[in-house]
Amino acid sequence: MTGNAPFLVVGIIFFLGLYAILFERNLIKIAIGISLLEASANLLLIVLGYRSGGSIPVFTLAGEVKTMVLPTPQALTLTAIVIGLATSALLLSLIMLLYRHYGTLDVREIRRLRG
Amino acid sequence: MNPLSVVVRTICDVFAWFMGIFGVYIIIHGHLTPGGGFQGGAVVATMIAFLLVSHGGKKLLAFARPGFYSALETTGLLLFICAGFFGITTTLFYNFLAGQGGLFGSAVPIGPNSGIINSAGTISLMNMAVGLEVIGGLSLIIIYMFKGIRLFENAEGSGETGHDR
Amino acid sequence: MNWQIHLPALALAIPLLGAFASPVAGLGGRSIRNAWMVFISIATTAICLLLLNRVLAEGVMVYVMGAENWNLTLPSGLSWPIRIILQVDAFSAFMAVVGSVAALAGAFFSLQFMDKFTGLEKFSALYFLLVTGMLGMQLTGDLFNFFVFLEIASVASFGLIAFWRDRPEAVEASFKYMVISTLSAMFVLIAVGFLYGRYNAVNIAAVARMMHMGYAEKIALVFLVVSLTMKCGTVPMHMWTPDAYAEAPAGVTCLLVGVSQASLYGLFRVCFSLYGVSLGSTVVPWTIIVMGVLSMFIGVTMAVIQKEVKRLMAYHSVSQIGYILMALGVGLLAIRDPQAMAEYGFTAMKGGIFHILNYTMYKGLLFLTAGALFYSSGSRNLNEMGGLARVMPHTTFMFVIAAAAIAGIPPFNGFVSKLLIYQSTFAVYPLLAVVALVTSVLTLASFVKVFQTAFLGPARKKFEHATEAPGSMLIGMSILTIVIVAITLFPTWTLSHLVEPAAKALVDQAGYISAVMGGGL
Repeated sequence: MTGNAPFLVVGIIFFLGLYAILFERNLIKIAIGISLLEASANLLLIVLGYRSGGSIPVFTLAGEVKTMVLPTPQALTLTAIVIGLATSALLLSLIMLLYRHYGTLDVREIRRLRG
Repeated sequence: MNPLSVVVRTICDVFAWFMGIFGVYIIIHGHLTPGGGFQGGAVVATMIAFLLVSHGGKKLLAFARPGFYSALETTGLLLFICAGFFGITTTLFYNFLAGQGGLFGSAVPIGPNSGIINSAGTISLMNMAVGLEVIGGLSLIIIYMFKGIRLFENAEGSGETGHDR
Repeated sequence: MNWQIHLPALALAIPLLGAFASPVAGLGGRSIRNAWMVFISIATTAICLLLLNRVLAEGVMVYVMGAENWNLTLPSGLSWPIRIILQVDAFSAFMAVVGSVAALAGAFFSLQFMDKFTGLEKFSALYFLLVTGMLGMQLTGDLFNFFVFLEIASVASFGLIAFWRDRPEAVEASFKYMVISTLSAMFVLIAVGFLYGRYNAVNIAAVARMMHMGYAEKIALVFLVVSLTMKCGTVPMHMWTPDAYAEAPAGVTCLLVGVSQASLYGLFRVCFSLYGVSLGSTVVPWTIIVMGVLSMFIGVTMAVIQKEVKRLMAYHSVSQIGYILMALGVGLLAIRDPQAMAEYGFTAMKGGIFHILNYTMYKGLLFLTAGALFYSSGSRNLNEMGGLARVMPHTTFMFVIAAAAIAGIPPFNGFVSKLLIYQSTFAVYPLLAVVALVTSVLTLASFVKVFQTAFLGPARKKFEHATEAPGSMLIGMSILTIVIVAITLFPTWTLSHLVEPAAKALVDQAGYISAVMGGGL
């Protein structure tokens, strides 16, 4: 039972992020929602690679190690984190530009494009 | 942002060097430890944020030139793709230096060991290239975002300038 | 001949080099930067054409990054491939050619269209990064790298859409696109996570070989289908398409059309090669068909009422994507039944894939002509234009060709692919063909409106100083025009030499798997 707890956390974070993106009206909160989604995806990958009792997958000074957690998901996660950082930086700069143009962070007022 | 007190500034001056060295350590040990170009570069780029907070924006903008960081970024990227292209006699991104002796090519012992730093071949080179790129890129992000904040403070209501000549 | 084994890698490495070296080329001034942009685009297109040529001659190519041997996928002692591989079959190579031709035309067009702006070395860096992302999505044989290239393409296109950052609308469009595409990229990553958790592999062929439908696979399938249809702009999530296409600079829009095809490629790679026969029920094909029909109809009805040229055309691209989705959905419906496949499924696949080629060419050309109109008249609003055929004869000519092609007027290429789609969908469910026909009529009506208001009519006083678009913009447009005319003149050759191998490769799941996994394991 407790072995599945991390997946439950992944689900909770995922739906929190989705909720923030869909229902929040502040642009910064939408950005936070996107970061939460990224965090849940990364956590999912890490949790999938965990083997109980495993040590870190680094050979340097490893000593006598029986099991290691899978290294591939960790590499995938690092890549995803790097990409997530680029996206967040761009997202925040666009929010700054939007604020400068529209003078507000409310999505209901930022709608010059429609129809 | 205004400069902080002289105590904070002095301590930051001292610790900024340690941050830089720690970042370079992470970059160089990228193939042995869970680190690498991006992580180390991020640590080094934190130095810019550190100095920005302690010394204030005015002094930092006088000191940090965007052109320099742009050049750093481009150099890193070109070094990366060139390291990939040099292996193309076998395959693209082939590790042509590994096991060849010399600066990057020591043989890797089998099993747990204390790590040999010059054993990674082009992986080390690429870590350094990515490190340079990330230092440049993240520093530029910090500098430009700070400039963006300053525009709010100074010119109220003045429009955004575009790319028009 | 030997160097040709590196073609898949070069197709990614050359535009990447172009992107990274653009700031250096920008130091040399305007002419060196332009020459660099032209050189890299031509080189990329040439590599993609050579790649298609080789794949058609010798079958699926597998390229392993950084290995001792270019096709060594299985290191000894392991039974699943762990390396970063590129896997190019006829469908991937076909899509790569389509995308790179669109990129070539957009690059030529951008040279003079963007000439009056600053920051062009960053523009060309982002442009080639977008090309790399697009080609990477089409050539990779690895689910996680598909995600990485998807993100590369997305991040580059955010920057390009918001290039005119002094326009609030451009920033707003870029923000919308960013939220949608980050969401869909995260969905892809979660789906990759689910598949990795089940099979300990991210290689498409390896996962496809072990595929047994279970809960994890179904969840992954839902995530993948939702995210990729979101990215290519089908109806429930189409609202980013008109904004992003209308606000990006015209050359970039031409490339964005190609990039949305890359998401479409991902969708069909997942449905046909990753899941294939193990899709089981007909739920997924019908979902795709219904989405296609909705996109066709809603896209075109929204387009009819638009006043802004590029926005109108962008709504048309929603409806054209609908055609492709419908055709390939019908193909997917028939995948478990060889008889149905022979009767209507394969015709639908051919129609859909042919429509991908046609759509990218004439839609890219239409966006370029809209850009030329904007360049000359300085206006985006249809109501303010008029009589421009007098001053822009070449642009008018090319617009007429593209509009005739998109409306499916008989001799043109759009007609051929639409006819294949009508034929095959009629066999499945006649109503689908009826909706497609109605859409086609409405498309014609809408483009007659554009032609009539913008190009015909009396000469207006304010356009008396308007001129024809300058040289490089005309070159960019004529590249696409030549392709359209060539397909129009030789539809049978195109069908049998380009489209049919691609459709066969897409259906042939076993061939895709065995190219990586070998027969034995």
